[in-house]
Amino acid sequence: MTTTGNVATTPPRGPAFEYLTTKKDEFVGWARKFSLFPYPFVTACCGMEFMSVSSTPYDTDRFGAALPRFTPRQSDLLMVVGTVSHKQAPVLKRVYEQMCEPKWVMAFGACATSGGFYQNYAAVAGIDKIIPVDIYIPGCPPRPEMVIDGIMKLQDRIAAERHPIINKDF
Amino acid sequence: MNTANTTLANPIRAAFDKGSVPGSVIVSIGPSHPATHGTIQIIAELSGERLVRTDVHCGYLHRGFEKECESHTWHTLIPYTDRLNYCSGLINNFAYCEAVEKLMGIEITPRCKYLRTLLTEYSRISDHLTCVAAGLMELGAMTAFLYLVMLRDYIYEHLANLTGARLTYSYGRVGGLACDLPDGWLKRLGEILDQMDTFVDRVHGLVDRNRIFIDRMRDIGVLTTADAISYGFTGPILRSTGVARDLRKDTPYLAYPELDFEIPVGIKGDNYDRYYVRMREMDESRHMIRQLMEMLPEGPINVDDRRCTLPEKHLVYNEIESLINHFKLVMEGPQVPAGEVYSAQEGPNGELGFYIVSIGGGIPWKVHCRAPSFVHMGGVHLMLDGYQLADVVPTFGSVNMIGGECDR
Amino acid sequence: MTSSLFEQVQQALAPAAGEPDVAHGVLVLNIESAAVAATAKALQEQFGFDMFLDVTAVDWPERAPRFDVVYHFYSTRDHVRVRVKTRVPESDPVVDTLVPLYGSARYMERECHEMYGIVFRGNDDLRPLLLYEGFVGHPLRKDYPKQREQPLVPYRK
Repeated sequence: MTTTGNVATTPPRGPAFEYLTTKKDEFVGWARKFSLFPYPFVTACCGMEFMSVSSTPYDTDRFGAALPRFTPRQSDLLMVVGTVSHKQAPVLKRVYEQMCEPKWVMAFGACATSGGFYQNYAAVAGIDKIIPVDIYIPGCPPRPEMVIDGIMKLQDRIAAERHPIINKDF
Repeated sequence: MNTANTTLANPIRAAFDKGSVPGSVIVSIGPSHPATHGTIQIIAELSGERLVRTDVHCGYLHRGFEKECESHTWHTLIPYTDRLNYCSGLINNFAYCEAVEKLMGIEITPRCKYLRTLLTEYSRISDHLTCVAAGLMELGAMTAFLYLVMLRDYIYEHLANLTGARLTYSYGRVGGLACDLPDGWLKRLGEILDQMDTFVDRVHGLVDRNRIFIDRMRDIGVLTTADAISYGFTGPILRSTGVARDLRKDTPYLAYPELDFEIPVGIKGDNYDRYYVRMREMDESRHMIRQLMEMLPEGPINVDDRRCTLPEKHLVYNEIESLINHFKLVMEGPQVPAGEVYSAQEGPNGELGFYIVSIGGGIPWKVHCRAPSFVHMGGVHLMLDGYQLADVVPTFGSVNMIGGECDR
Repeated sequence: MTSSLFEQVQQALAPAAGEPDVAHGVLVLNIESAAVAATAKALQEQFGFDMFLDVTAVDWPERAPRFDVVYHFYSTRDHVRVRVKTRVPESDPVVDTLVPLYGSARYMERECHEMYGIVFRGNDDLRPLLLYEGFVGHPLRKDYPKQREQPLVPYRK
C-alpha cells in the first residue's frame, strides 16, 4: 500500500489479521443492517406510501428499520421521500451534514431519484446532485413491496461493506 | 465525504427577526417535519411555551404544476393533477376533467356521473382517514393510527384493482373515465365499507371521550366563523365553526342532487370539532356510497364524442378514420375551444377549483388550481397564535395541509 | 334569482358593458385596473360576496396590456361566483391590494406577485412565498423558459 515517493506507513498484515477484520466486519455489518434508524425526510406523495410501508401489513419493523428518529443526530438512514425542490435543497443538505458516520441515503421515489416528471425550474432533478445516494427506489409512488426490496438490498450492501470501528484499518 | 463548512443559502426571509415581547425566542419549526405534514416552516416567536406570533412559510414543495401544464396536452397533464392533493387523487382528476368538459360543452354519461360521485366519496374517505390517523398518531394514539391506516390500505389496494395504481391514479379522462369496473369490485367495496364501520367505531371508542384527547383538542386552535370566511377557509374547517357550507349542497354537481346526506357542523371551531366533523363526514360518505351502489346504471362510461374519447382498439386497427382520430388525440390532444372557465368541486379540504384558459388547440394556455390548503395557510396563524408550542402539532394536523396542493 | 342578482351587479359595477356576461355559471366583469378595490368593496358590502376565492394573472405576451389579472369571489349566502378581470401593462403592472377587505388576500397576492410580477399597491408583504429568496425572474411569464433552474445548493461533481 505504498505510493511513489512516500515511505510505507502500514506494516504488512498477516492472514490472521485479515480473518479478524473480516469477521469483525461481518458482525458489525449484521448489527448495523438490522438496526437502521431512518430519518424520514418526507416531502410529498411518497410520504403516503412511507406511512403504508411502516404500518400493517407491510411493516418495516420486521427489518429493524421502523423506528424513525426525527433528529439527524440520532439516525443513520436518510430516506428522502418525495420531490426535493430548490427551496428545500439547502435544508436537505444541512440535514445530511448533521448526520454522523456511518450513514446511508435512500432516494425513495422517482422524484428523489431523478426529478420524476417534474423537469422544470422548481424541482431538483434527483437528489444525487446534492448528496451521495446509496440506493434508489423507483416508482411514482413505489409499491410498499418495492420499498422493502430496496431496504433489503441496502441491508445486503451494508453487510458487505467494510466497517472500520477503531481506526481506519480495523 | 464531507467538505469544509460552507454556508448554505437561506431560502426564506422571515417577517420578524426580533422578539416583540422581552425574553422571547424565535424558533423555526420545520421545514422537515415528522412524516405526515410534508414541508411547512413556521417561524414562531415563543415566550416560554406560548406562541406570541407566527409566520408560516410554505413553498418547499413547489413543483411548477402550472408551468408544466402549459407544455402538455389536456390529457397528458392529468397525472400532474393527481399529485396535487395526493391523498385523494381521484377528486383532483375529476375536478379538472369537469372544467375541461365544461369548456368543450360535453355532458358525461349517467354511468360515468354516478361512478365519479362514488369514487369522489371513496377518495374523500381515504383523505379523511389519512388526516385523522396522522393527527392521532402525533398525539400518541398509535392503535388508532394503525387501525385507520389498515383501512386506508384496503382502499388503496381496492383502487389499485380498478385503476392500476395505489395512490396516483390518473383515472379521470376528459369525457369519461379510463376503464370500467372489474368484476367483483362492488362486492369488495361492500366488504370494505362494513370493515370500516367496525374499525371507525373502535377508534371512536378509543378517543372520543378520552380525557387526554379532550384536554389536548378541546378549545385549542379556535377559529370563528367571521375569521374563517374572511380568510377564505372552506371545507371541514369552515364547517367546524358552525356554518353548513358545502359545495355539494350549495352548488350541486355530479350526482349529488339525488343523494340523501347531511352536512356535519361543529360548535366551536376548535381541533376537537375538526376531528369530529371529519369522522362524521366519513360516515356520511359511506352512506352515500351505499346509495350509489344501488343507483349505478348500466351503460358506457365514455361519452361518444370523437373530440376527446379514444376510439375502440378494433376500430383503430381496421378503419383509417379511427386511426387518424386516435393519432391526433394522442399526439395533439383534444382540441378545446378558446375560452376560460372556473369550475370548483368540494374536495376533502374545501373548495378545489380549476381556472382554465384555452386558446383553442390541444395544449392549455393556463391551468390554475385554486388549492384550499394554500388559502388556509394564510389563516393558520389565527389558530396558532396565543396557544402553546405543543398545540402546534394537533392544530396543524387538524388543518390537513397537503403539500402538493398547497404549493402546486 | 341568480340572473337578477347578476344583472344588479352588472348594472352597479360595469354598466358600460351592457348585458351580463355569464360564462358557465360565473358572472364576468371587465373593469379598469384602477377600479379594482372599489369594485371588490362594493361586491363585498352591497352584494354579499364575502369570500375571496382566488387572484391570478394570465400572460398574453403578444397583446398590448400584457397581463390579465383575474379575481374570483363567492357569495356564501347566494351560492354564486363572480369573476373580475382587469388588464395591466407590462411597464406598470400595478393594482390595488385587497388586504384591507379580505384576510386571504395576503398570501394569494404574494403568489401572484412572485409568479407574474404584478405589484399589489398597499400590500407591504410581497416576499416570495412559493419561490425562494434569490430567485430572479417571474417563472409563469411566457418568456421564462421552463427548464431554467436557479439552484441554491451547488451541484456535486
